[in-house]
Amino acid sequence: MTRIGLNGALAAGLAALAFGALLVGPFGLTPGQTVAALLGRASDQAQIVVWNIRLPRVAGACLVGAALAAAGASYQALFRNPLVSPDILGVSAGAGLGAVAGIFLSLPVALIQLSAFVGGLAAVAVVMAVAAAVRGGDRVLTLVLTGVVIGALAGAATSLLKVLADPYDQLPAITFWLLGSVASVTSSDILPALPAVALGLLPLVLLRWRINVLSMGDEEARALGIEAGRTRLLVIAAATLVTASVTAVAGVVGWVGLVIPHIARMLVGPGFGRLLPASALLGAGYLLLVDTAARTIAEIEVPLGILTAVIGAPVFVWLLASGRRGWT
Amino acid sequence: MKLEATELAIGYGRERIGENLSFTLGPDEIVCLLGPNGCGKTTLFKTLLGLITRLGGKLELGGADISRLARQDIARAIAYVPQAHVPPFPFEVLEVVLMGRTSQLGAFAQPSARDRDAALAALDTIGIEHLAGRDYARLSGGQRQLVLIARALAQEAPLLVMDEPTASLDFGNRLAVLDRIATLARRGSGRGVILSTHDPDQALSLSARVIAMSKGRVLADGPAADVLTPARLSEIYGISLTVERTPSGRRICLPELQSSAATIT
Repeated sequence: MTRIGLNGALAAGLAALAFGALLVGPFGLTPGQTVAALLGRASDQAQIVVWNIRLPRVAGACLVGAALAAAGASYQALFRNPLVSPDILGVSAGAGLGAVAGIFLSLPVALIQLSAFVGGLAAVAVVMAVAAAVRGGDRVLTLVLTGVVIGALAGAATSLLKVLADPYDQLPAITFWLLGSVASVTSSDILPALPAVALGLLPLVLLRWRINVLSMGDEEARALGIEAGRTRLLVIAAATLVTASVTAVAGVVGWVGLVIPHIARMLVGPGFGRLLPASALLGAGYLLLVDTAARTIAEIEVPLGILTAVIGAPVFVWLLASGRRGWT
Repeated sequence: MKLEATELAIGYGRERIGENLSFTLGPDEIVCLLGPNGCGKTTLFKTLLGLITRLGGKLELGGADISRLARQDIARAIAYVPQAHVPPFPFEVLEVVLMGRTSQLGAFAQPSARDRDAALAALDTIGIEHLAGRDYARLSGGQRQLVLIARALAQEAPLLVMDEPTASLDFGNRLAVLDRIATLARRGSGRGVILSTHDPDQALSLSARVIAMSKGRVLADGPAADVLTPARLSEIYGISLTVERTPSGRRICLPELQSSAATIT
């Protein structure tokens, strides 16, 4: 199978998976009823289940998974390191702090999401500014280390708010948010996130060749004719926008952006033009599967972050052990 | 296209590594840069490529101050062959060579069929077209070095800067790489190559122009046979050396065996 054909197959698989996920749930629906509901020709009850409950959740899981995996693939190429995840520059820690502050102040949901979004962008902006102020040394290493520092600071502030929060009302909400979930996602959550994700993906798609060249290292990329610093800044801004947008909607969902780009790289190779769509499709399918499991395996909703870690950690160890085919 | 350094001073920030460096690099010539470890060869190359800013003097590419040129314009004039390294991701050889086409592409463009042809032609020139579909990271050091030279060719820049292209190679690969370099800059090719090496014999066998550097200064600049005298070699490397002629008329450098008192720097 050619590599382009492979992305087509992934897209078809995702569509089938999404349709399957629409069938799963306590309200029994046959495939025929589901198609009818999608076309607006089913009973009112079936229409509501499909359009208001299941479809937003399926779309939310796909959007979050695709966005995190695409951002992860970008960060990995940029930092020339397959062990990098989208939160390397503190976007998750910043978004976490923003959301927790919003919950702590009892803001309405939309404002909590906005606060998370702004928090994620702000954390990365601070990292970039601090790293730019540090002169000399390896630019990329400086960025990564600054990301660790700012992430730790945001984590400390988040912990402080958790200690101060109302343990009966606010603390469960905070904990749930920090573990990630698309359980309560509605179309009014997804619609504002969509254009932001699209806006972030656009430069990644356009710069797909230059991102390959950047992964050869700064010096070589510059000798090959690229303004490495400027291009990197643009890619970081784009990947951060993508990550912050979906983190604002779904909370902190770990592991997807770390593991999925690996698997995509094994399937289609490291060329970013194919890696980006493959990562997005696989990430969407993966999180859709995980979320469908999260709402069916137990009486209670299992937070996504727990499942992605439980699945992601052993898969990652297996990837490490299985001959490191993904990156050398 | 000509690269002209006039009283160039090089280094990092406040640390001056070399100064008063004056020379030119033009078409149809191979220049071997010789000098002991730490004499500033790599720093000089990075300065010539515009990767670090010079600390003084003039550096002109085709008559224009290099610090005023955009990266893309520099890349169209000078190609860089770094020492072979293993990248973090398993790119195919053809993809690596295609990266040499980047300076010919618009910011958002992908390599076209024409770029693929140019990359394949570059692989063909180096004689490694059979490697096109292989995983670059899994090649031998010698093959990776040849791929990077092919990438520089695909860049279609008239000047090539090669940082110790034979450093990590075995004896056979070393000769193979040198042979390709000699064909690249042959008369009428329009290409100029400057390469650094630790082996004076390479300069002699290439009949190259030699720039001998020591302690951040140019000691001599001229044809290998003239520059590489026993006295000057001893001055550069700090051990006694003789240059002898083989029966076939080639010159080779030989250390004098009694020089066991040589100091390692």
